[in-house]
Amino acid sequence: MSITLTINGTPHTVEAEPDTPLLWVLRDHLGLTGTKFGCGVAQCGACTVHVDGKTRRSCVTPISTLSGKQITTIEGLEGPEADAVREAWLDIDVPQCGYCQAGQIMAAVKLLEKQRNPSDEDIDLGMSGNICRCGTYMRIRAAIKQAAEDLG
Amino acid sequence: MTRENLPVGHDLDPGITRYASDLLLNLSQTKHDRRGFLKGSSAFILGLFLLQGSPAKAAGGENLLSAIPDLERFQGGEATPHLFIQIEADETIRIVCHLSEMGQQIWTAVAQVLVDELDAPWENVKIEQAEGHPRYGNQNTDGSRSIRYNFERLRWMGAAMRAMLEEAAAKTWKVPVKDCEAELGFVLHSSGKKLSYGALAERARALEVPAKDKVTLKKREAWRAINKPVKSLTAPSIIRGEGEFGQDVRVEGMKYAVIARPPQLFGKIKTLDDSEALKTTGVERTVKLPSLEPPAAFKPLGGVAVIASDTWAAIKGRRALKIEWEAGPNAGYDSKAFEQKLMEEVRKPGSAKLVRGDVAAALDAASKTIAAEYYVPHQAHSAMEPPAVMARWEGDKVICRGCTQSPQSARGNVARVCNIPEENVTIEVTWLGGGFGRKSKADHFAEAALIAREVKAPVKVVWTREDATQHSYYHSVSAQRLEGGLDKDGKCVALLHRTAFPTIAATFSYGQDEPRWGDLRQGATDTPFAVPNMQVESGKADAHVRIGWMRSVANIYHAFAVQSFAAELAHAAGKDPLAYLLELIGPPRLFDPNKEGAEYDNYGSPMEDYPIDTARLAGVVKEAAKMADWGRKLPEGHGLGVAVHRSFASYVATVVEVAVDESGKLSIPGVWSAIDAGTVVNPNHVKAQVEGGTIFGLSNALFGEITAKDGAIVQRNFPEWRVMRMNEAPRTMEVSIIASTAPPGGVGEPPTPPAAPALTNAIFAATGQRIRRLPVFDASRRDRLPASNESKQSE
Repeated sequence: MSITLTINGTPHTVEAEPDTPLLWVLRDHLGLTGTKFGCGVAQCGACTVHVDGKTRRSCVTPISTLSGKQITTIEGLEGPEADAVREAWLDIDVPQCGYCQAGQIMAAVKLLEKQRNPSDEDIDLGMSGNICRCGTYMRIRAAIKQAAEDLG
Repeated sequence: MTRENLPVGHDLDPGITRYASDLLLNLSQTKHDRRGFLKGSSAFILGLFLLQGSPAKAAGGENLLSAIPDLERFQGGEATPHLFIQIEADETIRIVCHLSEMGQQIWTAVAQVLVDELDAPWENVKIEQAEGHPRYGNQNTDGSRSIRYNFERLRWMGAAMRAMLEEAAAKTWKVPVKDCEAELGFVLHSSGKKLSYGALAERARALEVPAKDKVTLKKREAWRAINKPVKSLTAPSIIRGEGEFGQDVRVEGMKYAVIARPPQLFGKIKTLDDSEALKTTGVERTVKLPSLEPPAAFKPLGGVAVIASDTWAAIKGRRALKIEWEAGPNAGYDSKAFEQKLMEEVRKPGSAKLVRGDVAAALDAASKTIAAEYYVPHQAHSAMEPPAVMARWEGDKVICRGCTQSPQSARGNVARVCNIPEENVTIEVTWLGGGFGRKSKADHFAEAALIAREVKAPVKVVWTREDATQHSYYHSVSAQRLEGGLDKDGKCVALLHRTAFPTIAATFSYGQDEPRWGDLRQGATDTPFAVPNMQVESGKADAHVRIGWMRSVANIYHAFAVQSFAAELAHAAGKDPLAYLLELIGPPRLFDPNKEGAEYDNYGSPMEDYPIDTARLAGVVKEAAKMADWGRKLPEGHGLGVAVHRSFASYVATVVEVAVDESGKLSIPGVWSAIDAGTVVNPNHVKAQVEGGTIFGLSNALFGEITAKDGAIVQRNFPEWRVMRMNEAPRTMEVSIIASTAPPGGVGEPPTPPAAPALTNAIFAATGQRIRRLPVFDASRRDRLPASNESKQSE
């Protein structure tokens, strides 16, 4: 079937089965490979995108549910929280292999939009859905705190 | 994992197949050459390349290999500066990194070393990834050896090119070269005139590479980039979702494949009905892969691939396959039963691998003896990026592009499996979304090449998480028994260490059921304890899954047992575990296992440059203890544990603090680690590796367990296969790097081994419960520590 998805503010019409998870449309059909495939079962967070302002696991989100919704991926992520997070990520040198980091950043930005001054427990809650096998957790925590401080 | 820990060369059984020996030859062909590239002045005649634009985009950079006309003459691995540094007219310093970037920041580190010796401005650096080719020398990115093996070599290359630029300037100005000096992108003359590197590049191109005695390395004090916390070259792309991983490869006309592989190693398809799969929208066809015959090596596992227009269709198509499998020779493998078998193996004498004094007599004569048995299950690497490779054929040549830690081995593997000459195989290397040793094994490359040949179109083979969990090269399961004898003062006078585990060599040499030296060198035969009577024995164990190396390899289970037992001895002696550990390490001295009956290769590094130095081992222990404020009063339910281990020629000590509440729930308020890795290139990235390597060790210790039933792996995906998350990670971690001018040691792996025993020693300190079987939280424990000590201890 043919479906139009609004991704990073731009409408894209794609030919795909309605049950196709957004992840594979982004990656295979549209070449937006910044959103990563990690588990396919909403357990690792590597595929995190924003749908109408909320974090969503694109690997389990069928495109049939997304008509008329605003989808944001790492490639189109912007705003003061995104700037602060990216700056803190670079300043602290958070990423190692980087594969999970798009998902981490998508989650961190949403966390900071909701809570300008997250506690350690808030960070646990907001970030524990995103696995990093390289073990950058301590730096992610520090970078979120630094971004929060920069946002004031 | 060093290549020496692979069943390479002297570790091979004489009867090993040609397949495996070719494979291993490939892995071992480029010996660590401490003399570097400059053996004489006459061998190399190319000048600097002035590049005229670059072709294909690579991961975060560009691939310039096809722009270099004369590379064929470098066949054989004698790399010259020109392979690694290109200076362009616009002052761009283009660095080619021959090692795989998998998060250890090797791009940044290689550039730091080259650019520092070249004395070029950091902001002019652009970096790109080399393809897999012997011209670069050893590209195998594992064994924590990238800097260990390449530091001096890269320094000489940068310095040689700097000398050539100075010579080019001298010729331009018709002045003596001694009056010309390179500095930050310019060559300056004593008169004050100067020329930029870009302006000199073309003239320098015509010069011969100077002999080593005409080249001067910078003094340590003059380093601008080396040993500085230079920022990552990859992070700016990563935070925007840019850069190309193996999973991200896309080319025109590409199909997607997922593979249904036999659940059991050496299993086969008995019957296949793909009719429903072929009805799935987007599925184009299926391709049967050849059944796997022993040894497994890096050959495809077999099964059937579903080829489709996107990954989702391929996954759905695979679900619709109806396959009856023939389980094959490993159908009886049950990890629970195997655990008992391994335990029985270490309860009887094994083959002695290191003998000092008379351990049996000393145990008999001891005032007090203790014994303890330890078990560590299989683990999976579980890099966040499951393996993925694109292959496309052009006539009888194949181009593979994907994530590999060992592109030369991938090249050889594809050539063998496809039965074509190696020259017909091009391996393009993407970024790796984590490696941890899994991506050293190129089975995914062979799969992609075989399928693409059959399909006659570019095909990307995508491994799913389930595939990665169920078809790994598993970290070996192991059992160990230690016995210790104390004299009347509590001093350890006898230590017996028995270890049994399926050896990595079995993956390459079918049926091998005991380790030679490879896996034993990692934390068994190199335990540098000052115990007068000591014996290390190894037992037999057969392999029923592919056993492979995983971040720090056999050091994981050996350090867990030895460092746990050190704390158990301290407890038996009624002494503080920190003080007792230092007593076991003993006085400052150099220890050489080769002198006590062991064969010890020191991770491929010379003993004279990288001795086992007990002063350095004790040094990191003291530093970590100081950082943790060992001995401080702790809150109720808290405990500190310490462990230390030398591996890959570096020393790491870790102190873990745990907090256990009344319900048995555990958290990790803090971790303190000290690393002595000799000279370090990037202190910030070394700290990141210590943090990450420690998390890796803690994750496996707390949660990691791969089990097998009827020969098949039970766990499929997260969270059945569990790894550490943010809320379970240490709240804080501090890392101290011991200042050192010693040659650089490994960094990626050495932080992992001490993590598990430091954790379980801390649990003992907090609760009195001694964990001897990992993981701490197995499926039965549900995140709560047991109410009482379940393990046995005979005293």
